[in-house]
Amino acid sequence: MALSAAERAMVRALWRKLGDNVGVYATEALERTFLAFPGTKTYFPHLDLSPGSAQVKAHGQKVADALTLAVDQLDDLPGALSFLSDLHAHKLRVDPANFQLLCHCLLVTLARHFPGDFSPAMQASLDKFLSRVTSTLASKYR
Amino acid sequence: MVHLSGEEKTAIATLWGKVNADEVGGEALGRLLVVYPWTQRFFDSFGDLSSATAVMGNPKVKAHGKKVIDAFSNGLKHLDDLKGTFSSLSELHCDKLHVDPENFRLLGNEIVIVLAHHLGKDFTPKVQAAFQKVVAGVANALAHKYH
Repeated sequence: MALSAAERAMVRALWRKLGDNVGVYATEALERTFLAFPGTKTYFPHLDLSPGSAQVKAHGQKVADALTLAVDQLDDLPGALSFLSDLHAHKLRVDPANFQLLCHCLLVTLARHFPGDFSPAMQASLDKFLSRVTSTLASKYR
Repeated sequence: MVHLSGEEKTAIATLWGKVNADEVGGEALGRLLVVYPWTQRFFDSFGDLSSATAVMGNPKVKAHGKKVIDAFSNGLKHLDDLKGTFSSLSELHCDKLHVDPENFRLLGNEIVIVLAHHLGKDFTPKVQAAFQKVVAGVANALAHKYH
């Protein structure tokens, strides 16, 4: 499931466009996930999940930073995300099905904000990239 | 049964009225075939699906997308009885077409993505949540008669 050179180029091009706002879009994706898929909220009983919550924003930034790291390190996702794989496997133990829900909401967020860039080929590249990230996150589960 | 509030039902009807349903159908099906190429297994007779451009421009994809969205639109008028509404389509997809129900969930999510793409700021998180309930309900209804 490795990304082709063209797919990497598409993902990187969009990420450059997102610039410093990756956190904003990741936060919106989280908000969409919590609203559309209420079961996902069960992993955050310790957070205020109301719209506009500073805690959700902070978490969105964390997710954004991890994704930006992944974009930069497409050649070695297991290495780059090793800490996060361990964390999700042994401490957080989020059911991997939830990663797909967040990825879907990320795509929805990007489609909504960047319609001109969100061609089918771009969507396919992003979907593949996110799929690689989530399988890396789940790789140490068992 | 899909549980939607009055506000959600209104939002869905309003936004559905703002889109060209036929275009949404063609685009959602096209994107499904591009993003998840293994779904092309059901469409050997459709001709050229060799590239994203070929898929999105393929007249058979557009025509089939319209068929699918017509059924979906009909579902929107019968949200209180999706299982009844999609009963014969469910049997068809199981007995004749042999389609894995997972594909209904994938296509439902593509419809959501295309709506976000077309509607922009109108496709708020609340509206998305309402549509997710609908596409999940339709997918479940289509899978209901499988045996």
